[in-house]
Amino acid sequence: MVTSIIRRLIQALFVIVAMTIIVFIGVSVIGNPVDILINPDANQAERARVIAHYGLDQPLWKQYLLFLQGLLQGDFGNSFVYGRPALGLIMERLPATLELAITALGIAIVFGLPLGLYAGLYPNRVSSKLIMSGSILGFSLPTFWVGLMLIMVFSVELGWLPTNGRGPTAELLGAQWSFLTGEGLRHLLLPAFNLALFKTSLIMRLTRAGVQEVLPQDYVKFARAKGLRERRVIAVHVLKNLMIPVVTIIGLEFGSLIAFSVVTESIFAWPGMGKLIIDSINLLDRPVIVAYLMMMVLLFVVLNFIIDICYTILDPRIRLDAKA
Amino acid sequence: MAEPNAQDGGVPDAGPGRLAKGISDFFRSPAAAIGFVTLIVICCLALFAPWISPQNPYDLMQLDIMDGRLPPGSESMTGLVYHLGTDSQGRDILSGILYGLRTSLIVGVLSAFAAAIIGTTAGLFAAYMGKRTETVIMRLVDLQLSFPTILMALMMLAILGKGVTNVVIALIIAEWATYARTVRGTALVEREKEYIEAARMLRLPGWRILFKHLLPNCLAPVIVIATMQVARAIGLEATLSFLGLGASVTEPSLGMLISTGYQYLLTGLYWISFFPGIALLVTIVAINLVGDRLRDVLNPRNMS
Repeated sequence: MVTSIIRRLIQALFVIVAMTIIVFIGVSVIGNPVDILINPDANQAERARVIAHYGLDQPLWKQYLLFLQGLLQGDFGNSFVYGRPALGLIMERLPATLELAITALGIAIVFGLPLGLYAGLYPNRVSSKLIMSGSILGFSLPTFWVGLMLIMVFSVELGWLPTNGRGPTAELLGAQWSFLTGEGLRHLLLPAFNLALFKTSLIMRLTRAGVQEVLPQDYVKFARAKGLRERRVIAVHVLKNLMIPVVTIIGLEFGSLIAFSVVTESIFAWPGMGKLIIDSINLLDRPVIVAYLMMMVLLFVVLNFIIDICYTILDPRIRLDAKA
Repeated sequence: MAEPNAQDGGVPDAGPGRLAKGISDFFRSPAAAIGFVTLIVICCLALFAPWISPQNPYDLMQLDIMDGRLPPGSESMTGLVYHLGTDSQGRDILSGILYGLRTSLIVGVLSAFAAAIIGTTAGLFAAYMGKRTETVIMRLVDLQLSFPTILMALMMLAILGKGVTNVVIALIIAEWATYARTVRGTALVEREKEYIEAARMLRLPGWRILFKHLLPNCLAPVIVIATMQVARAIGLEATLSFLGLGASVTEPSLGMLISTGYQYLLTGLYWISFFPGIALLVTIVAINLVGDRLRDVLNPRNMS
């Protein structure tokens, strides 16, 4: 167990180092770092100062080390647009994105899991077939377009829900959250549903496939032959064995939800990291771009690491494999 | 699966017979048949767009700003009927959709095809060479697949800058790994089979075994992934264009059209965003239906 965790940690570090090299090459070799790091409006003295500060007159390997050093200190430079540290800007926006992604994940699980379970247990019912066709639609519908349609129906036509922003927020644990106020909750609803749509379909299909794989197994037949109540068979024997793939996907998809929130945040003007990165790409605010990319790399590595650990805890077979 | 062809005494069909069986298998599903026909129609519409669309939406000379934001069914001063309305530039939405479909299909097919070639080659090499080559390629694949496509694409666009060409490059870089992983998996199984051993015994050159023997037997999953990937690429291109990172305003793709309609949506001008979205949706669903069926038909477990 401990050795496998250490091995995973080394792999995770390897990924982080690899990604820093890629991002570094991306911004420093493919792009022109002078343009990237220096505000075009800066004067000659300012240019010289920044070039010296970031060591752009140094050889490449030294620049990379400086980049790494900045990274470790959380110093990505100041945003050109806001004139404040890039990392601070992102951290400020993080709660909004997290709130959106967690709510969306919750919605996806609450709808996806039971519907998938139902479709898997009764595959021949018309309702199951409808559910599965619905999931194909959920896969195919472009998220951003669904967002627009949600706005059109629920905000413009019916006038039930607000179209943009977070609404009033309340403070908890040093961050601002929308879900703590009624009005904020109303603001959260549409974007969260929009973001959840694709994942709901995914979890639904995955659960259904899992159920159909588990049902013909001997232990399920045996549990039924033993005369256990159907509810217990499903809750204990089927659901428990479903959990491994579902937990993996939920973990992985949480990361992808944060990545995809870029789209939803842009539509609903949700002031999270995703909106920030799109604005930054459009305005060529490179320090923020680099900081965002590195944050995402870190997030995904940590998520993958946690999933791996959960895996080991959930599935004794993997634990035994690692020992052998 | 039982061999259904009893007359041959259980001998598997030769190439053409199997193809015919595959095709008839494919069309046995009504959904797939509908998807296929729809796809053909869409391709024709895109291909012949310059001849069938009422207006060239990329030619600013033909646009009349006075005709901006007209609802569906309106008529212009020159008697041209805007069946699906116009956008803020006075661009006929129907023409915009037809031309936008071209961009979408070209981007989708091009990126899926290029990613398929790169990924398949990488996967084959990894499986055939083994050792160092395999480790390096598969590590790269794992690295890539641990990040979602949209993040990889954003990363590439952040580095390369905006534009349709860069979107294609970003999509290729973001998608090749899927092929590599699948092809390697298939090739690892195929490599152990007797015909490869026979080819090795004949001392055929490595490249020949790789491309003439191993590759054809690994193609079925590639075709399935490529079909699905075209749909995904079209969706992603539209998304990126919607975010303002893809097509330019003067030559809008479907995503761009939807994006320009976004600001008018709140005032009730629904058609600028609505119809291009429907076109996008129909295209993606059609491709997915075809891909879904292809997966069933081409699945080796279902093949004789």
